Amino acid sequence: MVTTKHTLVALVEDKPGVLNHMASLFRRRGFNIESIVVGHSELPHLSRMTIVVDGTTTIMEQVRKQLDKLIDVVKVSDITEDDIINRELALIKIRATSSTRSEIIQIVDIFRANIVDVASDSVTVEVTGDEEKIASLLNLLRGFGIKEIARTGRIAMTRGG
Amino acid sequence: MKMTGAQILCESLVKEGVEVIFGYPGGAVLPLYDTLAQYPQLRHILVRHEQGAAHAADGYARATGKVGVCLATSGPGATNLVTGIANAHLDSSPIVAITGQVARPFIGKDAFQETDITGITLPITKYNYLVLDVGSLARIVKEAFYLARSGRPGPVLIDIPRDVFVDEAEFHYPSKVDLPGYKPTLQGHPAQIKKAVKLINEAKQPLIIAGRGVVISGAYTELKQLAETAQIPVVTTLLGIGCFPETHILSFGMLGMHGMAYANMAVDAADAIIAIGMRFDDRATAKVSAFAPHARVIHIDIDPAEIGKNVRVDVPIVGDVKVVLNALNKLIISAEHVDWIHQLDEWRREHPSTEIRESAELLPQFVIRKIYELTQGKAIIVTGVGQNQMWAAQYYWYNRPNSLISAGGLGTMGFELPAAMGAKVGCPDEIVWCVAGDGGFQMTIQELATIVQERLAVKVAIINNGYLGMVRQWQELFYKRRYVATPLSGPDFVKIAEAYGLPALRVKHKEEVVPAIEQAMEEQGPFIIDFVVEPEENVYPMVLPGAALTEVLEEPRKEVATWSRRSTP
Repeated sequence: MVTTKHTLVALVEDKPGVLNHMASLFRRRGFNIESIVVGHSELPHLSRMTIVVDGTTTIMEQVRKQLDKLIDVVKVSDITEDDIINRELALIKIRATSSTRSEIIQIVDIFRANIVDVASDSVTVEVTGDEEKIASLLNLLRGFGIKEIARTGRIAMTRGG
Repeated sequence: MKMTGAQILCESLVKEGVEVIFGYPGGAVLPLYDTLAQYPQLRHILVRHEQGAAHAADGYARATGKVGVCLATSGPGATNLVTGIANAHLDSSPIVAITGQVARPFIGKDAFQETDITGITLPITKYNYLVLDVGSLARIVKEAFYLARSGRPGPVLIDIPRDVFVDEAEFHYPSKVDLPGYKPTLQGHPAQIKKAVKLINEAKQPLIIAGRGVVISGAYTELKQLAETAQIPVVTTLLGIGCFPETHILSFGMLGMHGMAYANMAVDAADAIIAIGMRFDDRATAKVSAFAPHARVIHIDIDPAEIGKNVRVDVPIVGDVKVVLNALNKLIISAEHVDWIHQLDEWRREHPSTEIRESAELLPQFVIRKIYELTQGKAIIVTGVGQNQMWAAQYYWYNRPNSLISAGGLGTMGFELPAAMGAKVGCPDEIVWCVAGDGGFQMTIQELATIVQERLAVKVAIINNGYLGMVRQWQELFYKRRYVATPLSGPDFVKIAEAYGLPALRVKHKEEVVPAIEQAMEEQGPFIIDFVVEPEENVYPMVLPGAALTEVLEEPRKEVATWSRRSTP
């Protein structure tokens, strides 16, 4: 069976323990989560979660149903097949010397990323985009020496509607 | 009027129609116990271990169909409930567990008798609450009972800090719940129902597999109507036993690992399976990839997550079993299936599965059969897990729903005695027999004190073979008879009974069985019979682990009759 990455979006009650409950469900049933992101939604007392899961279609069906079964999950949809916008934010700290700094700035500009911190031996880049964009930027920056990476994981939304 | 948290809880329990609480006091729940005295309508039964409280609430819930309530203090009191909660969770039994918690300022400080019980029970409850504000208590109790009993029932836990019992708030019991994420689907989708009807009407060899969902939704007459109208044979899961009369001409018993050979053969040969309120547990399906190879499968269940979880399904119908069957029955055309039923009858003749072999020794199957005869099949039988459970399922014929109460999914030793106690509290006019092994009985034996103190007329049949019998059977079959850690010696159960203050008999010979059961039944109160049975008797038929339902090992001492898949007629 072929596994593919699926993007699920869930609207959940903003209560303590919800994330714990979801994470525990993934662990217990052996579902493979790639990333899970939570934040406030446009509705009061409700948060929106974006979950990226790796699995077969059958597994995804189970993931969706098991999540839907949780009382605090109001709605969950698999939007993988939909026309979606998905974004991730990454902070990348790179080794930089006076001789490499300008080259780094050029690359960062091409990717429409931002330099958010500069120190004598490093720069920190903030980049937003889909995973491919972040992967290509990382590829180009790797040569300079990456000191630290922090990524938010994917958030997603369907287009239009 | 302002009330304390303890009063609000008691008032809310009264509003929910609670009549009994199985509990055990402790520091964190002392304010509640003090208040409980002012509510005589809430009968409190003091168990001897909190595990007993959870199992008793479960047994009560299954026997009555109402929500069972158990109560424990914080820390060890709460953790002792865990086995009972997990048991109720796997068997979809509606219980509300109330636990005390350390006072709010102490939470998270590793205070005396503090434990994170909401964290611990997260995966084994339908939902749980930590009450941090007395003002939310009434709403939470309302929601807890609603969640426990509606949809697919299950356990709900409410953890209440000691100081919340003392805090005051206005008491308003809400009239309805607001749970945006919880809307069980009751009506089956009409298009799916039409598909199912077409499949059933066209089937030549249809078979119904009925589970506990039929019992929970109270759909016995609807199931019977479907089976009789379309002449569809019925097999059940262990927990489905009793949802269709076992003496009915269309009943072909229990399927699965220790199911009837002919029931398993029917599953194998069926061209259409109508699975109703069951979840394709591995003990029922055996090897999933070989399950019902010729059948198209209709699966009716209230829990969408059960559909397609273990077995591929052709026609899924999410909904309440009773509502869906009602809709189906309006569209089903009557049918005959004479050849198919004839075939099943023939298999039953060839593989009787519940014949008791000739033996001079006292056989456990014989004991169960005699209990069946002397109670005229009208008792509530309560079992834990193991050989005794399987014999009770096989050799007693159940014609009423909820007449077999058994630890199915979790397979809990020690469920039997407290659950029987709970069943008797809920149904005082019914005859309740606890069928226990000598192992399982000792896991919750202390509840004998509760039974005596509360004068509960529970009759106990100990199937005493001096072994942890089912484990020994596996050691015999798969570990070359190396009986490691399975022989049990003692205690003297008759003396134990005497110490607890209830009458008991020991039975070692066949001819003593009937008089002993008669004496137990004549006795007003509880009674124990210690049946000392053939030590190395095995449960047959048996599908070996990992094998397909078609590979059944039958009682070898009569004749070694194994069979593999025959060509379907």
